[in-house]
Amino acid sequence: MSTHVADTVDNAIATPDKVQPYGALGLKDDEYAEIRKILGRRPTSGELAMYSVMWSEHCSYKSSKIYLRQFGQKVSEKMKEKLMVGMGENAGVVDVGEGWAVTFKVESHNHPSYIEPFQGAATGVGGIVRDIISMGARPVAVMDQLRFGAIDHPDTPRVLHGVVGGISFYGNCLGLPNIGGETYFDSCYQGNPLVNALSVGVLRHEDLHLANASGVGNKIVLFGARTGGDGIGGASILASDSFDSTGPTKRPAVQVGDPFAEKVLIECCLELYREGLVEGIQDLGAAGISCATSELASNGDGGMFVELDHVLLRDPTLTAEEILMSESQERMMAVVKPELLDQFMAVVNKWDVETSVLGEVTDTGRLVIHHGGEEIVNVDPRTVAIDGPVYERPVAYPTWIDALQADSADKLARPQSGAELKDQFLSLVASPNLADKSLITTQYDYFVMGNTALSFPDDAGMIRVDEESGLGFAIATDANGRYCQLDPYQGARLALAEAYRNVAVSGAVPAAVTDCLNFGSPENPEVMWQFKRAVEGLADGCLELEIPVTGGNVSFYNQTGDAPIHPTPVVGVLGVIDDVARRIPSSWQDEGNNIYLLGYTRTELDGSAWAGTIHNHLGGVPPVVDLAQEKELADLLQGAAIESLILSAHDLSDGGLGQALAESVMRFGVGARVWLDEIIERDGVDAATALFSESTGRVIVSVPREDDVRFLGLCEARNYPVLRIGVTDQGGEDAKLDVQGLFEVSVAEIRQRSNETLPKYFG
Amino acid sequence: MPTIVVEVMPKAEILDPQGKAVAGALTRLGHNQFSGVRIGKRFELTVDGPVTAETLAAAKTIAEDILSNSVIEDVVSISEAK
Repeated sequence: MSTHVADTVDNAIATPDKVQPYGALGLKDDEYAEIRKILGRRPTSGELAMYSVMWSEHCSYKSSKIYLRQFGQKVSEKMKEKLMVGMGENAGVVDVGEGWAVTFKVESHNHPSYIEPFQGAATGVGGIVRDIISMGARPVAVMDQLRFGAIDHPDTPRVLHGVVGGISFYGNCLGLPNIGGETYFDSCYQGNPLVNALSVGVLRHEDLHLANASGVGNKIVLFGARTGGDGIGGASILASDSFDSTGPTKRPAVQVGDPFAEKVLIECCLELYREGLVEGIQDLGAAGISCATSELASNGDGGMFVELDHVLLRDPTLTAEEILMSESQERMMAVVKPELLDQFMAVVNKWDVETSVLGEVTDTGRLVIHHGGEEIVNVDPRTVAIDGPVYERPVAYPTWIDALQADSADKLARPQSGAELKDQFLSLVASPNLADKSLITTQYDYFVMGNTALSFPDDAGMIRVDEESGLGFAIATDANGRYCQLDPYQGARLALAEAYRNVAVSGAVPAAVTDCLNFGSPENPEVMWQFKRAVEGLADGCLELEIPVTGGNVSFYNQTGDAPIHPTPVVGVLGVIDDVARRIPSSWQDEGNNIYLLGYTRTELDGSAWAGTIHNHLGGVPPVVDLAQEKELADLLQGAAIESLILSAHDLSDGGLGQALAESVMRFGVGARVWLDEIIERDGVDAATALFSESTGRVIVSVPREDDVRFLGLCEARNYPVLRIGVTDQGGEDAKLDVQGLFEVSVAEIRQRSNETLPKYFG
Repeated sequence: MPTIVVEVMPKAEILDPQGKAVAGALTRLGHNQFSGVRIGKRFELTVDGPVTAETLAAAKTIAEDILSNSVIEDVVSISEAK
């Protein structure tokens, strides 16, 4: 047992000059001075532990707060209509009708996933799922947005296998379908992969729960896994530095998760909600008990008393500071009325979930924590959880960006002959970012629970919410780091436009947004400028599309060596569909249907997959985004879906029309005859541009011949540009894609090129 | 055949879900005298010829670099099997 003696409030008053390791805990001189000013004395070591984790960039959003406010300011009345819970809670909640609500959020787990890819990615899934549970919802789906280093780098297989294994392990054990996501390779992520995890949950309106501790005398209950010494980031210093030299030595900064414990926790929480036994609830993630107690108290009546000795420990040698900071997984904190405590205990005991009562809600306005009978924390919880430091960090227009934007892809040689076009078409199909990802996605369960209407490789994932009515939601995420590097404002809008379009092509109505903003160091003024521009772009874009940002996460300090990653604002759009039976698949299933291209094609090859793959080039300015047009396109697709006029719809983005055609024939092996002449003529572009440009606002749809007139009438009525560019052909072994007058390629060859890339490196 | 045994355990602070499951099962089966279980790994490395200082050093290298994940596990012993 440790001989560690807790630093009490009295002791802090008596020894004002004691040197404290605030620098090693990540606090700056002025932040430490501010804590002393708030308290009117030096903090105890426990208080210092709490402030240091809660004022960290990760928990306090101190560098991003001034920009994130725009998401709450740039809103119209329409955007608030369906929003039940907005930013600031564990996850946003959207009313989807029929008494149902959907909650969803995306979060980063980048740094742990580089150190320990398997457990890092696994606990990333566990953490986001607990956010969803804490809103009162049943988790129904997960998705992951992954960015790895170069595909041929020797370290990439270690990270990829670990991350994918961790996600599939945790998600599959929980029995949650993984219905989509992204996988990109780029050397800018070599030393800093991005592992973003998204989860969606479903609840009845009346089941909504919030994270607040109200009602004096209500009990504070910690339940789930025991608290251990894992994941104590800064506490390695706490334990080995000047607090106590006899305490346990270095604590690992990563956590190991237990998905079976989390599964039990899900069912246990849902029963507690059903029985009405919980007043407020909060999951324990980053900053553990420090975060849960201070946030619950801040959002409630403001006062809380906790006895830390009642925390059930896995390791009895943990010090008070370590208990406060531990990030052990699979734990929840609830606020329970005293008269319901017996019933509460009966439910948790039934599920074999270990539980202890830590304390109660008070009206003192103070968060008071005792350990060993002594007062070790006495703070105003708002100063810990809400009124942390806010920085307006220096912003600098990047010195390199004008030169980068001037370096357009227009000067790159474009293929002229049919043979060259075919060759480059296949090179793109086989390129790491466009190639078939089933090596990864087949490791995930995606039909478990029986409500998956769409999943990989469709443009959006779709889940049925109500088995009677068929009500459901669709969700898609997107971020193109290359475009954001060229212009973060447009890049963020492009990500939003693409995720929005991906939801629209599934037949759903886009309703709300979540984001995970992955950037370099905020202390680099050029990165801060990128961040500022990206947030402005996203907030402006959401206002134009009239869909609110409901929550998300910011991840800074993502860099390989000294080089920041490309700005990667992952944008997730959630849409609602009245009946999933009316969903639109993204690929062709039968021959003899007309193929239409909606939207104009411009010469927009800067930053494209073509420029990157064929010429290893990144420069110029990203494609123009016209969100008003995206909205018209979404309306048009919904109109067509309601009248059942279209058989499939596929968004055009990375790799342009060529890639969309390839994916459409590969999925079900249905061939097609396609002609580019009319695009070339109408839009004044060459064949290479028609195939590889990444102009926005474009979708290919397939329409049965008998509905041709009605479909064209719909487009004409809405004045949306439309061209018939081909017809689907026979399937089977001889199926081929015939781009008339240019090249012909068998579906088997396209499939082979697409399928062989990932196994070559990771098989 | 001369054999070197390498034992690897999850770090003390790290959750061991496997051990926890066995501990729970023991309690359910009435073996209440054991309050905890942790499960590690044992590797038996067969050597052609005698175990020398060099082979032990080589075993130590692979034990730390390959057989264990130093982020979450510790190599607790490397010895020649008796």
